[in-house]
Amino acid sequence: MNKFWVVFCYTFLSRVKSKSFIITTALFLVSIVALGNIDRLIGLFDNDAGANQVAVIDQTDTVFSLLEEFSDQDELIFVEFNDSLSAAEQAVLAGTYTAVLVIEEDNETIFQASYHTDQLINQSVPNQTAASLQQIKVALATNEAGIDQATIDAIYQPFDFDTVAIELADGRTARTEEEIGVARGLVYAMLFILYFAVLMYGNMIAMDIANEKSSRVMEILISSSSPIKQMFAKIFGIALLGLIQISLFITVSFYVVESRADNMIGEAFEFFGVSNVPLSTYIYAVVFFLLGYLLYATLSAMLGSLVSRLEDVGQLMMPVTFLIIIAFMISMFGIGVPDSTLITITSHIPFFTPLVMFLRVGLLEIPTWEIALSLTTLILSILILGYVGAKVYRGGVLMYGKSASLKDFKQAIQLGKRDN
Amino acid sequence: MSLKIDLVTKRFGSFTAVNQLSLDIPDKQIFGFLGANGAGKTTTFRMILGLIDATEGAITWEGEPINYDKTDKIGYLPEERGLYPKQTVKEQIIYLGRLRGMAKKEILEQLNQWLERFRIPDYLDKKVEELSKGNQQKIQFISAVIHNPRLLILDEPFSGLDPVNVELLKNAVLKLKEAGTTIVFSSHQMDTVEELCEYLCIMQHGKPIVHGSLKEIKRSFGKKNLFIHADFDLSYLADLQGVVSQKVTPVGCKLQIEDEEVSQRILESLQGKGFIRKFELEEPSLNDIFIEKVGESYE
Repeated sequence: MNKFWVVFCYTFLSRVKSKSFIITTALFLVSIVALGNIDRLIGLFDNDAGANQVAVIDQTDTVFSLLEEFSDQDELIFVEFNDSLSAAEQAVLAGTYTAVLVIEEDNETIFQASYHTDQLINQSVPNQTAASLQQIKVALATNEAGIDQATIDAIYQPFDFDTVAIELADGRTARTEEEIGVARGLVYAMLFILYFAVLMYGNMIAMDIANEKSSRVMEILISSSSPIKQMFAKIFGIALLGLIQISLFITVSFYVVESRADNMIGEAFEFFGVSNVPLSTYIYAVVFFLLGYLLYATLSAMLGSLVSRLEDVGQLMMPVTFLIIIAFMISMFGIGVPDSTLITITSHIPFFTPLVMFLRVGLLEIPTWEIALSLTTLILSILILGYVGAKVYRGGVLMYGKSASLKDFKQAIQLGKRDN
Repeated sequence: MSLKIDLVTKRFGSFTAVNQLSLDIPDKQIFGFLGANGAGKTTTFRMILGLIDATEGAITWEGEPINYDKTDKIGYLPEERGLYPKQTVKEQIIYLGRLRGMAKKEILEQLNQWLERFRIPDYLDKKVEELSKGNQQKIQFISAVIHNPRLLILDEPFSGLDPVNVELLKNAVLKLKEAGTTIVFSSHQMDTVEELCEYLCIMQHGKPIVHGSLKEIKRSFGKKNLFIHADFDLSYLADLQGVVSQKVTPVGCKLQIEDEEVSQRILESLQGKGFIRKFELEEPSLNDIFIEKVGESYE
């Protein structure tokens, strides 16, 4: 069997079989499921407490009957209280009620209310109560003014506001709002996944290499097969691991969202709708993801080969971490203004391309040549980085001593230099 | 025609690690590499293996430079031992064996034989970090020879081992030689080198100061050791012509003499002086040669 595959399988299998991999994956999956069912989880704890009961001392005779209709069996129940305020306050202290609401007549504002409680930290009950009272007040005031319910409904009826895409000169249309929302969702997801993947798997590669160096097994390895083969076998081995892990996360998230779609906090998911995305966007997502991963993985492998102790990995990986954080920030900014000059320029800088160019492709109509250009630069930089990385790696793995500085690059390249 | 090192120089920046080294390492023999620390042994080994390239000169094995097409026929025990500490003996030997182009079944067969030979058959499923230093070294040795290499390079194979294990390893090396493996090894232990090697080379500052077959080296060194045990005072011998040095011991003395002829003159001068219990002429030991040659170039 080709030695590339030996290293590839070894890298992949030794990781997959490791306890830490199984545990992290399992923890992640559990968190995804838990997050998807967060409302149920909260409900689980809330139900024990029961609904909040608010005692109402109504001195107007009209308000309570209206307020009663706002009672919600699960959360907030208004109960009429026919005793003195001090008796009610005693009941609150005893825990029977959450609060006492006193409603008095008022000439100017029809009525006024005071909310007495021992739990000032709880904002949701007074807010909800105040909102209900406000609605009652509007109803009473309009009624007094002789306006009927139908008129009021008409006043509060929201009007239609449609954005319509004008057809472009070449027959295509600009993206509809719906399409952009969908693309925005994908872009968000992709940004997070790539960010996460680069940090996690890049670090894994660097650690793996540093580990082999610090345990000194490296010298045997590179006397068995070429370091360049090993470097790329590692990069691809961990890539496969990453793809499997991420697909697992995505599949589980997808099912969680699917099964719980009705109960999800509506707006966020409408905003990011997942259906109706053009196939090309998905393809671009995968292409930019893979290329982005390769770029950063090669960089990580190169840096990992310079370290001789595991402790130094973090320090040397710092530039990589910064790069991906900057790329992430730029694209987060770009999601709101994808057509700004900053975004256009940064989308052609190789280290930012995977995130920023994908964002543009997803949100705007980009001429094909520009996408092709950015893909070419990206692939070229991967090749250049792979070439330089391989050189550094070849020398770097033989270099020991307290290192972790960038001047080691020169030394490593010299050590690995081939004259023929 | 075997391993040929032809005018090889390696410079790291302004530092010259190996300087114009030329050696012919004969086939199916054990070749000893001696030298003080920093003499350029490890650098030479790395160049032989193609891990680093020579600045000048060429190294060929069977007429061709060593590259990654040939690694399946080469075994290497680096000076800095290294294995995956968290993995079992079985797991890593399988991985390292496969990297040398072996099939899993074949590896396990060989591994069991080697563990048996080294009297550690129950270590198969132990993690390397749980083993003692000496046993780790045995595993390391197995990883270098598991694929029956035709060229075996051992960098300080015996350092840090107890005498019993040195003997075990020595026997293993001799067996490999009998099976037709060319073995190059470096060592600080002169007696081991003397015992194992027919050919050797002493390096100093990247240059061979002595090289050739052990017999020839000893013969051309000329100087011999003369041991005399006698009841009378022998200190006057130091002043005789041809005596290089004298070391007085409680029972007599050890003389280093320029050549065999001197011994006969000494024998004559001893006549009638008293009772002589021992008069023995001996070849110089490798240790003597090493100390003199390496020491000389320090002066």
